[in-house]
Order: sequence, then structure tokens, then C-alpha cells
Amino acid sequence: MEPLLNQLPIGLSIGAVLLLIALGLTFTFGQMGVINMAHGEFIMAGSYTAYMLQSRAGGEAVIVALPVAFAVAGALGWLLERLAVRHFYGRPLDTLLLTWGVSLVLQQAARDIFGAPNVQVVAPSWLTGRVTLLGGSLPYARLFIMGLAAACVVGVWAYLNRSRQGRRMRAVMQNRELAAVSGVATGRVDQLTFFIGSGLAGVAGVALTLIGPVGPSIGTYYIVDAFLVVVAGGLGQLRGAVIAAVALGMLNSFAEFWTDASLAKVIVFVVIVAFLQVRPQGLFVLRSRRLT
Amino acid sequence: MTAGAPVLEVTGLEAAYGRARVLFGVDLTVPEGGLLCVMGRNGVGKTTLLNAVTGVLPPTAGTVVFGGEDVTRTPTHQRVRRGMGYVPQGHETFPQLTVAENLQVTLEATAHRDKGAIEEALEVFPRLREFLGRRAGFLSGGQQQQLAIARALVTRPRLLILDEPTEGVQPSIVAEIEAAIERLHKEKGLAVLLVEQYLELALRLADGFVIIEGGRVARAGSAGDLQDEEVKRLLAV
Repeated sequence: MEPLLNQLPIGLSIGAVLLLIALGLTFTFGQMGVINMAHGEFIMAGSYTAYMLQSRAGGEAVIVALPVAFAVAGALGWLLERLAVRHFYGRPLDTLLLTWGVSLVLQQAARDIFGAPNVQVVAPSWLTGRVTLLGGSLPYARLFIMGLAAACVVGVWAYLNRSRQGRRMRAVMQNRELAAVSGVATGRVDQLTFFIGSGLAGVAGVALTLIGPVGPSIGTYYIVDAFLVVVAGGLGQLRGAVIAAVALGMLNSFAEFWTDASLAKVIVFVVIVAFLQVRPQGLFVLRSRRLT
Repeated sequence: MTAGAPVLEVTGLEAAYGRARVLFGVDLTVPEGGLLCVMGRNGVGKTTLLNAVTGVLPPTAGTVVFGGEDVTRTPTHQRVRRGMGYVPQGHETFPQLTVAENLQVTLEATAHRDKGAIEEALEVFPRLREFLGRRAGFLSGGQQQQLAIARALVTRPRLLILDEPTEGVQPSIVAEIEAAIERLHKEKGLAVLLVEQYLELALRLADGFVIIEGGRVARAGSAGDLQDEEVKRLLAV
């Protein structure tokens, strides 16, 4: 029974990582409908930001890296939106190919700048050690990521529901033309949405440095799972993303416990495909008289 | 209300969806405080005309002068901030925002940002006060249309552009909407550009009209001319 209980905190921590990555996607994919295949490379940008800061300022720099990575990845996302994506709105397949191409360019740029081998970010001293949680043992670093994910969820919720910019963003995503004829500068909202979504990927990238090495393809390991979280949770649905991320994390953790890592991946995919057959719109869906 | 200098002058306006041309050199003028009704059968280009006037669909030729200023290349949101209020066809709202948020998000995008504008809009449609906390997508079609017009009024427009505001709305609310338009136009002197299919409603409200046929102005005149046989023929289905 105890080894089984050990999987609970592991599942939660996997879910927290997925959630951090998926949060950014709830903006660019969930709100704007842009399939941004370069999202994983914004995660990478965040990870390398943490690496660079730490190599200059030491282990404690990871905390400083969070806002810096947000700004760096956000700026990259903003540039991508301004220079390329905005010309492809309403053309999802073209956008997918475009952003995939950008992701390859960014990966190669990382190899050229930092080298192909992985590099290591050392967690700050206060994040080394373990805690017993829900009958299982969990590294402080994983606990920190869970807290970070929770803080980001609260922040994103407050932004979307309590701020003027968030309200404007929701309005644009629900009815772009109506927003324009209401006086909203929709282009500026798009820029901000992409900035925040990409910035959150940068934050996720910093978090990932606490649980593994950093390499040019760090983002690609997680990006598909993150898209699955957003789709299974319901496009643009924050609570759906939270539930789907935790569920996927748990499923992954227990499937790995009973089988192995490869088979666990297969099980996760099969379960999600089956779920989407039954509920193609995901866990939660935007409802209105006209949409139902 | 006597008609004054033009608030909107459209000259030689042309618009297209890709290669499909829809408008061919449309001219029209809405005087300050006037109500011009745009009429015509389905598919003749009435909505396209409004979209081209508001900038939702950039025109391919012609000019749009609003308040004496050429706004042909001005983005839609800036035209709105200058006083061009637009209520698109199909009782459009932000369905997942509450009624209050629908009005608030519009207010926050205006140049004036005066909270009194929301109160003024609610005075036009007091029924909306009951639903301020309800999501717009869950209102009835008629209530959504009232919200759509109230949303445009929050911008404190100099010109209110309405695309078939009574379409698909229950009769009791049609009467409320008609009364509201009449009050805004006749009592408050608001200039209105109205697309409407119902001749009777146009007869009651309009100062002047244009009839669009095949993307061109087939007939224009004052409200009195709406009884002409030629007009009835152009509007017959």
C-alpha cells in the first residue's frame, strides 16, 4: 500500500509541471486558437535564462529568474506574434507549420549559443531535501513547483476575471469583431495575450530546471502533454486545465508504477483519446443559448 | 429634429470579399440628427455596406468621411472612439461576460470613460438592470439585442449604426427597441444609419432612405417617397 501511496505526490508534482506549461497554452491556444508549436522553445528560453543567471549569480538566482524568464520568453512570444503569427490568423495549419519552423530555428540557436549537451541548474540550498506528503516522500523542489503552479493559477484567474486587461482579453477572444466595434484595439490585446502566454512558458522553463537538466529540446518533451491538458480541460478553461493536468499527472504516475515509462505514455494517450471520443469539447465548455 | 450638416458622407464606396465584389460605388449621406434607412432584399450588400463604413471590412475604393474627417483607412476601434457606434446584425454580445461586464468592457475602451454612460444606456433599456449579473449568452434574443444597442450607446456615439435591430426579436421587445430608437433620434437628436427590412418600421422612423440593389444604390429619397410603387417593387421578395 505504501509504494502505491508514494505515487500520489509524484502524480501531483507531474500534474503541477504540466499545469505550469499548459497555463501559457490556455492563453495562446485556448484563448486565441493559435497552435503555437514554438511554445516548447519559450519553455527552453526560460530554462536557459535560469541557467545564465545562475552561472553569474549562484543558486539563489532561480527566484530572480522567474520574473526575468517571464519577460524574456514573453518578449520572444511578442516578437513571434508581431513578425509572423498575426499574418496567419484564421489559418491554423499555416500557423502550425510556421511555429514548428520557428521552434526548429530556436532549438538550433540554443545549440549554437549554449552547445548541444545538456547543462545543469543547481537548485538553491533551501530547495534541497525531502518532505513526507500524503504518505509519500517528495523533494522540496517538486513541492516548490506545486506552490508555483498554484500561485500562477491564482494569478491567471485574477488577471482574467478581475483586471481591466483580462476582461478586454476575454471580450476579444469571445467576439473579435464586436470587440473592435466596441472600441477595443484588438491587435494590442493579441500582442499582450501572446506576451503573457509565452511568459508563462518561460516561468515553466525555470521550474523545469529544478527537476532535470536543461537542453535545447527540453520543451519538446512536455509540449504534447501540455496540449493534451488544454484540449482535455476544454479550450480556454482554467479550471478544466487544472483538473486535466492533475488527472494526467496522476494517471501517468500510477501507470508508470504498474507498468513502465513507455507503456505508461501509451496508456495516457489511449485514455485521453477515449475521453475525447466521449467528450470532444473537453471537461468544460463555453455555454450560451446560442452555443448549446 | 431638423437635419443639419452631414455627420457621415460615403462616396463611391466599393467592397469585396476576396475576388467577389459586393459594393459598386455606393454614395450616401447621413445629416447631423438625421435617420437614414438602408433597405433592400437579402444579399444585396446592406451588411457589407455597414461593415465597410465601420471599417470591419476595409473598402477597396471610395471614401468614408465621418464628422468632416476622412476615416476610410482609420481602424474600426478608432472610428468607434470618435463617435461611430455600431450594432452588428444578429444581437451580438460577449456571451461569457455578464451584462455589466459587456457594458464595462466597452466603457473602458471609450475615450470618455465616464461611468455615467452606462447609467444613460440602462435608462434606455431599464429591463437590463435585472440581468446585470447574468451572462449575456443566457439572455433571450431580444434582451441580447437590447444589450447590443446599450453597449453601442455606452460609447456615446454621434452616429448610431444599426443592422436589422428587430430581426429575430419577439414583438414586445421589437416595440421597445423601436421606441428607443425613436426617442434617441427625435428627443436626443442622435444621427442614425439603420438597415431595416420592414417597410412599416422604416416609414415610422426614417427621414430618408436608400435602397440597395445588386451592390448599388437603386433609389434614394425622403421618407415620403417610401410609398412609391417603384420602392415597393424594389423591396418585394
